Amino acid sequence: MTTYFCQGLVCPLDHNNVDTDQIIPKQFLTSVSRDGFADALFYDWRYEADGQPNPDFVLNQPQYQGATILLSRANFGCGSSREHAPWAIQQYGFQVIIAQSFADIFFNNSINNGMLLIQLSAANIELLFQRAQQSPQSWCIDLVNQQILLGQHSAIGFAIDADIKQRLLSGLDFIGASMQYQAEIDRFEAERAQRYPWLG
Amino acid sequence: MGLTLYEKIYQQHIVRALNASTDLLYVDRHLIHEVTSPQAFAGLKQAQRPVRRPDLTFATMDHNVSTRFRQLDAAGPTSQRQLQALAENCQQFGIELLDLTHPDQGIVHVIGPELGLTQPGMIIVCGDSHTSTHGAFGALAFGIGTSEVEHVLATQTLPQQKAKTLNIEINGQLMPGVTAKDVIMAVIGRLGTAGGNGYVAEFSGDCIRRLSMESRMTLCNMSIEMGAKAGLIAPDDITFAYLAEKRYAPTASDWPAAVAYWQTLYSDHDAVFDAHIQIDAEHIQPHVSWGTSPEQVVALHETIPDPAEFTDLIKADAARRAQQYMGLTPGQRITDLAVDVVFIGSCTNSRIEDLRAAAAVVQGLHVAPKVRALVVPGSGQVKRQAEAEGLSDIFIKAGFEWREPGCSMCLGMNDDQVAAGERCASTSNRNFEGRQGRGSRTHLVSPAVAAAAAIAGHFINPAQLQQMRSSSVSTPPASSHTLSFHHTASNGASV
Repeated sequence: MTTYFCQGLVCPLDHNNVDTDQIIPKQFLTSVSRDGFADALFYDWRYEADGQPNPDFVLNQPQYQGATILLSRANFGCGSSREHAPWAIQQYGFQVIIAQSFADIFFNNSINNGMLLIQLSAANIELLFQRAQQSPQSWCIDLVNQQILLGQHSAIGFAIDADIKQRLLSGLDFIGASMQYQAEIDRFEAERAQRYPWLG
Repeated sequence: MGLTLYEKIYQQHIVRALNASTDLLYVDRHLIHEVTSPQAFAGLKQAQRPVRRPDLTFATMDHNVSTRFRQLDAAGPTSQRQLQALAENCQQFGIELLDLTHPDQGIVHVIGPELGLTQPGMIIVCGDSHTSTHGAFGALAFGIGTSEVEHVLATQTLPQQKAKTLNIEINGQLMPGVTAKDVIMAVIGRLGTAGGNGYVAEFSGDCIRRLSMESRMTLCNMSIEMGAKAGLIAPDDITFAYLAEKRYAPTASDWPAAVAYWQTLYSDHDAVFDAHIQIDAEHIQPHVSWGTSPEQVVALHETIPDPAEFTDLIKADAARRAQQYMGLTPGQRITDLAVDVVFIGSCTNSRIEDLRAAAAVVQGLHVAPKVRALVVPGSGQVKRQAEAEGLSDIFIKAGFEWREPGCSMCLGMNDDQVAAGERCASTSNRNFEGRQGRGSRTHLVSPAVAAAAAIAGHFINPAQLQQMRSSSVSTPPASSHTLSFHHTASNGASV
């Protein structure tokens, strides 16, 4: 087993405030399935109004085909709570997103789908953009040691919550994990019903 | 050291600590709708897990329903499949559903409060980011994703980490014509769209204490647009009066104990917030968004800003891109911008107070030629009340479409969309690129400013319409409230 969480090509998406309406527009939210969202990713940026690929959009550029690491700026994933956003990103092939910051709901949704989100300082993000926009980059993400390996002698460390790290490494079913505490939930409910009977 | 309101609610809901940073919190109300729940139910069925507390779970159809007709298939076959899936899931798991035939169906964040499902001190979650709305009642309410919806269905709990606390203190009197929508847009303009990331924002100050519940909901609704996990307002007599005798509010026998508990829900005077900002209400003007992020706002009387004058280069780049998308140039006056579409509705501004404010502006006037204007009430209750008060009559006479409840043109999941290049004055909450339809240009405004734009055909201060009204030749409207009202909506929808 590799010690790397992910090793692969980086796609630089040079925008702040990438919102979930851009990540996956509303017309794709009527599905009742968790699958089939890869083609909808960044739809309005990726395709012209006539359905032809927009050659200027970074995902359509030949040097970024097959990318598994998405690099972006601040407040990535702001807006709606739609989990279709991380589903689309993941189903397209990305396993890691590196950004200056993430919106809260998007962050949780991504972790719950086993995607790794790495938050770095503005200065480090700038440095990574300079590299990724200069020439196509392949980086290794070492989650165990919390490092982005940029090359043989170059790495950037990152911080991550210990609980989230553990969950990503073990792939735990978070519903199953909470269901272990049924007895405590029962006790909490009984006390709640007694103290606040109007709550139901 | 005292506790903030957020800390009190958080602590009261800890089932157990999971590790150093994460607690398992109990959820008092789980609201669901058709778009973000089907995959959660599918997951439950696959794992053969039951819904732990169907009696604490409530469902409505809102996001992709047609607001013209009440049939399930009226907004297309994929929407119909999703609405049917919700009905089947609610039936199978014993969850109360306010479907399209139910007289109280409506937008989830409108019906929760008006049915009394939303109460102070609760933790309320929903697979929708505007769940922050319910914070207006002193409930900790936040949006969750579908995996979390499944987790709550199965366990009635959610693992959470404690957020930081932000006190947004707003003191002073609002100027006439300035609404909660203008206040929250001013706050977002100041803090930025990521300014609240990681925080729960409590709104405090004497200005907040005077606001109605509808206004407080508008304020908390858009806390998510500055990235805050939730918005909160300590409950008070205005809250209790709103909740009294609501269908799911505490019964008469529980009421005194409930109120006694609710009165403990405030931030202690010695509580310490992680951040604190103060805003002077008197200086807030009616606001309009000009860009594609809710932080890109100016006052109605101002001009489109020049990105060259921005000190923040990142914001300058974003402004250039937004102005190109919006078809705007620096220096243009907001009041010179012509509108094609006016949308009054959404979980931000579709409550009775919003419709009254809009109706007061349009009364006796008519929508400008070429402007398409619609009013979409937030719920069946709002719709009936507006009809009883004669508001719908005012809108219809003025040339507005009067619709059935739903999310509608806020996100255009149904057939209510803004066409590419069209400019829309919208009382909704997001002006993202393509939000109301590919290429649509959204300007967020209050109901009064939206209504005034519909009449004038361009943005205008509603106060200036008074002159048009006095010179208007249109039929004077019937006085409201006493009006007996029967009509068929102009769009043919049954009423």
